[in-house]
Amino acid sequence: MQSLSNRAKKLEAKPMTLAERAYLPAIFQGLSITMRHFFRAATKKQVTVRYPEEKRPFSPIFRGLHVLKRDEVGRERCTACGLCAVACPAEAITMVAGERKKGEENLYREEKYAVSYEVNMLRCIFCGLCEEACPKAAVYLQPDKMAPPRFERDEFIYGKDRLVEPVDPSARSIRGIQLTPEQADALAQRMAQ
Amino acid sequence: MIELPTLGWQSIVILVVFGVSLLIATYCTYAERVIAAFLQDRVGPDRAGPFGLLQPLADAVKLFTKEEFFPAGANKALFIMGPCLAMITALMSSAVIPFGNVIQFGNNVFNLQGIEVNIGMLWVFGIVSLGVYGVMIGGWASNNKFSLLGAIRAGSQNISYELAMGMALIAVLMISGTLSLREITLQQSVAGEWHFWNIVKQPLGFIIFLVCAFAETNRTPFDLPECETELVGGYHTEYSSMKMGLYLFAEYVNVFVASAVMSVLYFGGFNFPFQYELRDWFVNSQGWELMSAQNLISVLGLLGLFGKIFAFIFFFMWVRWTLPRFRYDQLMRLGWTILIPLAIFNILLTGGLILGGIIK
Ligand code: SF4
Ligand code: SF4
Repeated sequence: MQSLSNRAKKLEAKPMTLAERAYLPAIFQGLSITMRHFFRAATKKQVTVRYPEEKRPFSPIFRGLHVLKRDEVGRERCTACGLCAVACPAEAITMVAGERKKGEENLYREEKYAVSYEVNMLRCIFCGLCEEACPKAAVYLQPDKMAPPRFERDEFIYGKDRLVEPVDPSARSIRGIQLTPEQADALAQRMAQ
Repeated sequence: MIELPTLGWQSIVILVVFGVSLLIATYCTYAERVIAAFLQDRVGPDRAGPFGLLQPLADAVKLFTKEEFFPAGANKALFIMGPCLAMITALMSSAVIPFGNVIQFGNNVFNLQGIEVNIGMLWVFGIVSLGVYGVMIGGWASNNKFSLLGAIRAGSQNISYELAMGMALIAVLMISGTLSLREITLQQSVAGEWHFWNIVKQPLGFIIFLVCAFAETNRTPFDLPECETELVGGYHTEYSSMKMGLYLFAEYVNVFVASAVMSVLYFGGFNFPFQYELRDWFVNSQGWELMSAQNLISVLGLLGLFGKIFAFIFFFMWVRWTLPRFRYDQLMRLGWTILIPLAIFNILLTGGLILGGIIK
């Protein structure tokens, strides 16, 4: 038969030599190899990562736990358009939309907002399509957090309490420029009027 | 005639030996996993307690809380008897092993051995060959073809390897001229003159005995009775909960006993090099009494024997995580066409050397 790759190796079954048939040399060879590994593991390098105490570095494009972003002045960006839920291949996102009332302008950026927003982390495959679909740059998958293991199923349904970015004035910025807390508060007041 | 104090002392020793065997078997399950892990560059159990030392306890709790399962159509009495028998026979053989020399207090001499019988070796062999019944009965009573196949394999494997093992042993008996394990130990080191351990006189016999010991304890590379790739779990497929635990435990007790027997037969038992010189040094230059120096040597010898036993147990585990399992026909061929002729050759060789006066 013609060989397709020209890399086929011809094998023939040679009768075993006496040393091979006596097993012992091969056994000692194997034992010495495993003993080398024993001392290596005992003295320095084990491949195991002891997980909760020791963590592997994440890749910079790692897609982890979702976050619902706030804008520069701390208002929720999400407008409950539902595009993320439509884009989600795993049907992990559900939300209830509501209308912004007067006086809530400092809480929600758009006139419509998500009263509830839930991601089922057991369904989610962390594909990031929700992030791509969002027109308001509201939902992101964090590159440094994962959904931790839990004992109960309902604990995997993350509501707004766990998804929305915490209100932290020190974290606010406009186009990458960090705002002082005073600046941020002043901005928020001006927007609210 | 056994007097009452001796009987009391013997019961204490047997109880202690019993407890120690169980303790060692318990920690073998832990050691096995740590050694396996280290041989594979891993860490092993390290969560339960410091260094994972409470792991055996966690295992026991887990096994005890598992469901007791009886397969449909199983013979219930025999099903329960199987693991019990395996455990009992495993524990019984350690009774005759001389763990140490005598310890003397005043006029009372205490022997660090369960029972001293002049047929100690036969006792061990008799009990070990009974051990296969635990496996056979368990496999048969499960009413499962994989269990039955495992049991049949266990039976034929143990019978085949017992032959070679016995013949390797005959060569030792030819040298020592006694079946008493204590005598065999004492002969490996006689005060005043340098006697070598039997391993020097019987290297070939030792290798045969070692290989057979692996087969008798159903350890890899000869663990065909429980070979999970072919037979699910072999004879203990249908077992759950602590009955399963007893089988696994019995295996480790067997490993412990096999290690002890090999240490006694071939590696001098409780003797260690320069023990008499050490004793004389204590007596002559430290001004100790002969009795207390002798007691100290006995205790050191006891520790030495356990050192040897642990080394053997480590070897058992080291081999397990190095070698793949034999195929069944290879196993049988190795037993019948290689080990038995070799053992016979070893007997002839030993006989010739004794006749020639080279070893005695
Ligand atoms: S990451 Fe993918 S699966 Fe998860 S919620 Fe977003 S779109 Fe759905
Ligand atoms: S997260 Fe984005 S895509 Fe999803 S509902 Fe809110 S605004 Fe729309």
